[in-house]
Formats: sequence, structure tokens, C-alpha cells
Amino acid sequence: MNKLWLIIKREYLSRVTKKAFILGTILTPLGIGALIFFNVKLAMYKDDNFKKIAILDESGILKTAPENQSNLHFTMVEGSLEALKKQVLDMQYDGVLVIPAISKSMLNTYTIKYYSDDKLGNDMSNDIADKIEEAIKGFKINELQLDTAKISALKTRVEIDPDPIAGDKNASSISGLVAMGIGGFMGFIMYLSVFIYGMMIFRSVMEEKTSRIVEVMISSVKPFQLMLGKIIGVGAVGLTQFVIWAILLTGISVGVGALLGPDASQMANNPAMKMPGGAMGNAEQIESVNKSAQLMIELQNQNWWAMIPLFLIFFVLGYLMYSSLFAAVGSAVGDDTGEAQSLTLPITIPVILAIYIMMTAIRAPESSLAVWSSIFPLFSPIVMPARLPFNPPFWQVALSITLLVATVLFLVWLAGRIYRVGILMYGKKVTFKELGKWLFYKD
Amino acid sequence: MAKNILQIEDVVKTYDKHIAVNHVSFDVPEGFIFGMLGPNGAGKSSLIRMITTITRPDSGRIFFNGELLNNNHPEQIGYMPEERGLYKKMKVGEQLMYLAQLKGLSYDEARKQIKYWFERLDITDWWGKKVEELSKGMQQKAQFITTVIHKPRLLILDEPFSGLDPVNANLLKDEIYELHKNGTSIIFSTHRMEQVEEICDKIVLINKGKNVLFGGVADIKQQFKEHIFRIDFEGSLPEGVANHATIVDQSIALNDSSTQHLTVKLDANHDSNHLLRFLLDSGVRMTAFNEILPSLNEIFIRQVGESNVQQ
Repeated sequence: MNKLWLIIKREYLSRVTKKAFILGTILTPLGIGALIFFNVKLAMYKDDNFKKIAILDESGILKTAPENQSNLHFTMVEGSLEALKKQVLDMQYDGVLVIPAISKSMLNTYTIKYYSDDKLGNDMSNDIADKIEEAIKGFKINELQLDTAKISALKTRVEIDPDPIAGDKNASSISGLVAMGIGGFMGFIMYLSVFIYGMMIFRSVMEEKTSRIVEVMISSVKPFQLMLGKIIGVGAVGLTQFVIWAILLTGISVGVGALLGPDASQMANNPAMKMPGGAMGNAEQIESVNKSAQLMIELQNQNWWAMIPLFLIFFVLGYLMYSSLFAAVGSAVGDDTGEAQSLTLPITIPVILAIYIMMTAIRAPESSLAVWSSIFPLFSPIVMPARLPFNPPFWQVALSITLLVATVLFLVWLAGRIYRVGILMYGKKVTFKELGKWLFYKD
Repeated sequence: MAKNILQIEDVVKTYDKHIAVNHVSFDVPEGFIFGMLGPNGAGKSSLIRMITTITRPDSGRIFFNGELLNNNHPEQIGYMPEERGLYKKMKVGEQLMYLAQLKGLSYDEARKQIKYWFERLDITDWWGKKVEELSKGMQQKAQFITTVIHKPRLLILDEPFSGLDPVNANLLKDEIYELHKNGTSIIFSTHRMEQVEEICDKIVLINKGKNVLFGGVADIKQQFKEHIFRIDFEGSLPEGVANHATIVDQSIALNDSSTQHLTVKLDANHDSNHLLRFLLDSGVRMTAFNEILPSLNEIFIRQVGESNVQQ
């Protein structure tokens, strides 16, 4: 026991005191924060290339020039196209937009020509099309003698407000979305940790074997102790990293939020970000405030006291299961990376399958796919946490954990059997058949 | 009779279908330097792994200091594997502390012992150095400290001199003798016979998993002697020597032409006294009369070679 503790301590300390760990742990959330910040900034970025565009309306649809915007300036012109083209060449305009005369005004598709040697960017092209669409819409309303008020009355939005019959929760229309978000997040965290820390174990076991320190080690400790100490030590590193990230990310999201605050509200008012048709009115702004209030209520409504411990249980069990498999495979390979890949593949396939199933499961948490894969032990550590916010039936969670515990015990035992032989086996081409034989080697 | 630190009784170990150790028995007396010899793949490593409790025998028993080998014994054993290894990124001091504590030493005791060895080997400034910064010879010193830091009663050294330059090899040899003097029993596993002859008191020779030879170095040499004698003399050889012995070789010393060497092999009907008396009676001026014992190397090759032919 004392030796196991020594091993855990070394595995833990030798990692968390590394510069790479400290930098990685601190810089990753900062990097994510910076990434989100720049992403939002870039999404809001407006083309600052100014264009002066002449519109030759041969159809007579446009009464006046469309409203100018910061980087687009429209002028209604008359005259021959040839003359206008010349003016473009003389740099009086950047291009000429020609709306051709049409026989039927009620067409659903209009093709208008843009004469210029400059190419229009995608954003600008969309902006121009939006303007013309808006103008044509006005024209059509007029032609059809429609009532604008009636038209806006046609637009309908339906929200489903779930109301549990038993239970006193005041669930709101976004509860499904919130559950999906939390579930997806937890599933993804599971997936990441299985991979990052599983590979860490894998590399570390391989290094110990190739540097031959393992011979010295196992003359003092049992191979199983060494394997378990490593798995627990690295797991503790993972938890440490999560805790630091959770703290930093909370801080950073508050920081980024504050930085983006004014811009974000601008973005809401920015016509470019809107759905085509209909301005976001005051009422909708109030609704968006309501939404964030709802979100807060929803987050508070989540059964965190059950969810977090269950998540941790699945985290620990899932981590134990996959890291012991990685340890076993790591012990079997030497320094042959090609061999390493072919042996890790069977472990990575279930993990990757699980993340895909998880993404489906958060959309359909009660589907038979979601239910059964959240019980199947190889997938359950990733799929079940994603289902937790949807309050899965107790028996499913219990069955899932029971099966997972049994599988973990079996796989840790199995990994230990392979590991004890693998770490001392050199220069032998390892196949799965060979690994199977090792299981039955006597001590 | 001296107590045995280690007793191997009829031990068998098989891997898959390969028999690595096949009914091997021998004893290692306490305080001896014991040679475990054998060609590569003979089963030495398999035996060592059983002694260090890494693996268990399929059948047969191993006793450590009179007790059936158990999991507490490795703390009294120091093992230096042939393939040395340390954590490259770890500092020497921390590494030694770690390995010493895994051998059951308390924190303070481990620190004290490391200090002692650092001073003894004159490497006091190594504590904060990373292993990867050390030269190969320096790493070997660190490795040696890890092996002996917990004052093991039994030290197992697997090819300890391989890869060492003569200076470091001598240093290591001195340390081994020092430990031997203080009563540590040492198993010395190697296939280099000249070292065994120099260092070991007793040996076991293993080939193809089987115990081929076991006994004191001198006894074994006696056992394998071929009754070959070398006579150094001056003057001429009398007629009739051939009646007493088979002449194997006759030569003249290079540095002194008056001295001649005669190497003879005695058969079962003659003993050395007869030959000696005959030579004295014949008036040969002898300067030396020695029995030539076979080297362990010759015995080794003969034994291993024979068994190879048999199979």
C-alpha cells in the first residue's frame, strides 16, 4: 500500500511539476478564450472595402436607390449600358448593377447583372442581393395590393412549453436545449479525457519499457502495483487539470463576456446578423433577455447534486477502463510506432464510436440506441453522462454502473495479466494472439 | 557448514511451450561470491526473475535465508539488471530517493544512505542533475547505488561489467569486494569466465535450462583436471619419459635457451610421483613441476559444447 502511494506520488508530481504541464494547463483555457474572442470578432467583421455601385433599373421596380450602408453606396443612373461601362472603366463607379426589364413581375427568381472587373466578395454579394430582394418584396406587395400588417401577421412562431405532471419543476421551453448542451459537454469531456490521459499512460508505459527502468522497478514492486500507481497518478493529474481549467474557464468566460459585451449587443442589432425579413423589434429583445433568465433558471433547475457525483463515477470508471487497456497495449509494444498504432486501434474505435453515438443520443436521449449504448460498458462512460441531464430512469443508470464496474474489474485484471508479461518481453513481434497467450502465463 | 542465503530446489519454469528452467537445484552459501554462468538464453534471467519474486516457479521451491521465498524478501535483495535503466527526466537525487523508499527505506534513512554513497563515490554535486545529463559511466554509478542503497543481504548482478571502461569496472569491482567483506552474499551472473575465475568462490553452470555443473571453483577445476603437468628443466631429457607419460608438448623458453618446458599427460596407471622420481633419478635439473588445471573457460566450452552435441 505504501509502495503504491509512492508510485502514485511520483507519477503525479513528475507530471504536474513539468513546465509543459503548467504552461499547457494555464495556456489552454487562455487559448480557448482567445479563440472564442477572435471568432466572435471575426464573425462580426464587416467588409471595409468601399464600393460605389450604379444601378440601371430597366424594369422600373426600384423607385429609389436602396439604402446605403457603410461600405456600399448606391446611385440610380440612366443612360446606355455602354456609357456606364465606360464610366466604370473611368473609375467613376466600381460597377454597374443592371435590373433587366421583365414581362412578368411576379417571378420567384430574378437574375440581375453586375458589370465590373472587380470580383464581389461573398459578403458584399449577399448584402447587395438582400437589398434588391427587399426592394422587390416592396414592389410585389404594392403590385398585389397587400396589407403589410396582414403580411406580418402571417409569421408565426410556436414554442413548446413542457410542463411536468408529476414533480414540481418549472421546466421551460429551453430545458431540452439546456440538457442537450450540458449532456454534450459532459460526453465530450469524457471523450477528451479518455484520449488525452489514456495516451499519456500509453506513452509512459512504453517509455518505462524501452528505457529498461521497469526491470529495476519490478524487482521492488509488483507489476500490478506499478500499473495501478501509474493509472491513479495520471488520473489525479487529469482531475487537477480539470479543476484548474474549470476555475480558469469560468474566469475567462466572464472576462471575454465583458470584453465582447458592447460588441455582442451591437451584433444583435446588426442587420447583417438577422434573419432575412423583419427587424428584431423591441419585443424580441425583451424575449432574448427572458431567454437568458430562463437559461439561468434552467441551469439552477438541473439536478446537479445527482449529476455531478454520477458524472464523476462515470469519469473514474471510464478512465480506469480505457487507461488500463492503454497500459496493457503500451506494455506489449516496444519502440515500434507502427506496431503501437495497430495495437491501439481496437481501443480507439469504441471511443470514437461512443462519441458519435453520444452526439445522436443528446438529440434523442430516450431512443433505443441511446438507452442501450448508455448501458453497454464500452460506450456507457461517454454516452451515459450525456444522457444524465435528461433524467434517465434509475434502473438504467444503476444497470449501466453495475455493468461498468464489472467490466472495469475484469479489464483491469486482464490488463494486469498482459502488462506483467509485456513489460519484460523484448524483441518479440506482438500480435493479439500473443497477448491472449500472455493472459494464461503463470506468475 | 555455512548457512545458505539461497536454496534453489528442483525449480521448473516454462513459458508457453518453451522450458526456460528445467529442474535446477543449487545453493548459495551466505557471504559467498557466487557465479551463475551460462551462455545467452540458458535460463539465467528466468532464474533471477524467480529469485527476485517477479515470477514464480511452476514447480520446485526457493528458500531465502531458510524461509520459503515470499514478497517481503525482495527488500533484502538488490538486483542490477543487465539492461540498465533509470528515469531519464528525473533528477538523480529524487530518483534514488524514490527507488530507495520503494525498497522499504524511510525518507530520512534513504536520504542518509544517498549522502553516504554520494560522498563515497565522490559525486556529491549530482543530486540536482537529471539522469539524461550524465554520461554512460556516471549513469552506471547511479544505477549501482540504487542496487545497494538498502543494504541488501543478497546482491544479484547481471553482467555488471558490460559496457564499463576499465577505470569504472575496477571501481565497481572494489565496491563488490567491499560489500563482500561486509558479509553481503553476491550472485554474479555472466558468461565471461575470466571474471568468474577471478572473483567467484562457487559457481553453477546452467545450459539450456539445466544445471550442468555446481560447486566450488577449485573443486570444479580439480574435477575436470586432465592430469597434465608442466615441467621446466635444464639440460637434456632422459630417454624413457614416454614410458611414464604422454608428451603433449615440448619447447624451449624464449628468453632463456637453457630452460626447456615439457608438458605431459599422465594416464590412469601413472601418478605424478612416479614421473617425478624417474626424472630425479635420471639426473634432470628441474626448476618447476606444476599441474596444469583447466580454466573455467575451457570447462565451460567443453560442457556447453558437449551438451550441444548431445542434443
